[in-house]
Amino acid sequence: MLIGRVIGNIVATKKDLKLDGEKLLLIQPLELSGAAKGAPIIAIDRMGAGPRERVLYTQDGRTAQQILGRGTAGVDAAVLGVIDEIDFGTTAHG
Amino acid sequence: MQLGIVCGSLVASRKDDRLEGITLLVIQPIQPDGKATGKALIATDSMGAGPGERVFWVKSKEASNPFAPLEVPTDATIIGIVDLVNVEA
Repeated sequence: MLIGRVIGNIVATKKDLKLDGEKLLLIQPLELSGAAKGAPIIAIDRMGAGPRERVLYTQDGRTAQQILGRGTAGVDAAVLGVIDEIDFGTTAHG
Repeated sequence: MQLGIVCGSLVASRKDDRLEGITLLVIQPIQPDGKATGKALIATDSMGAGPGERVFWVKSKEASNPFAPLEVPTDATIIGIVDLVNVEA
């Protein structure tokens, strides 16, 4: 799983039938440090993530299809959660 | 999925039988602001996209899924035509 920031969304009237009614978010991939990494991607969102929120997402096709729940579909990225906080880089000794 | 713009097409008379009748388009991956990012590639088209249209596409194994139950051997497929890109960050 990966983290990213919601930077917008796309609207597409004409799209694969399996994506009917799905919210399509533009997500800027982030490194754990918070720095932007690579070009924005498009993911389906069932979590109601909003602009500027940090999200947990997958770019694994099988996982994205599980989230979509419509069997075999042409989907390769999905939001799994909205991030409240990441604690990273600290050790047991602080 | 990723954004792209259709910038050409490709014709191959001799190809895998399962690609028969399927449109092959050249797409340039783009950023939300329309700037090119990365290298252009060839994708199968399940939507009837045309030159200059902004599209979104899926890659890897899932690229074959929009054609199900046909098992089309493809690693990139256009699955939607973009009407609008909203950038709010």
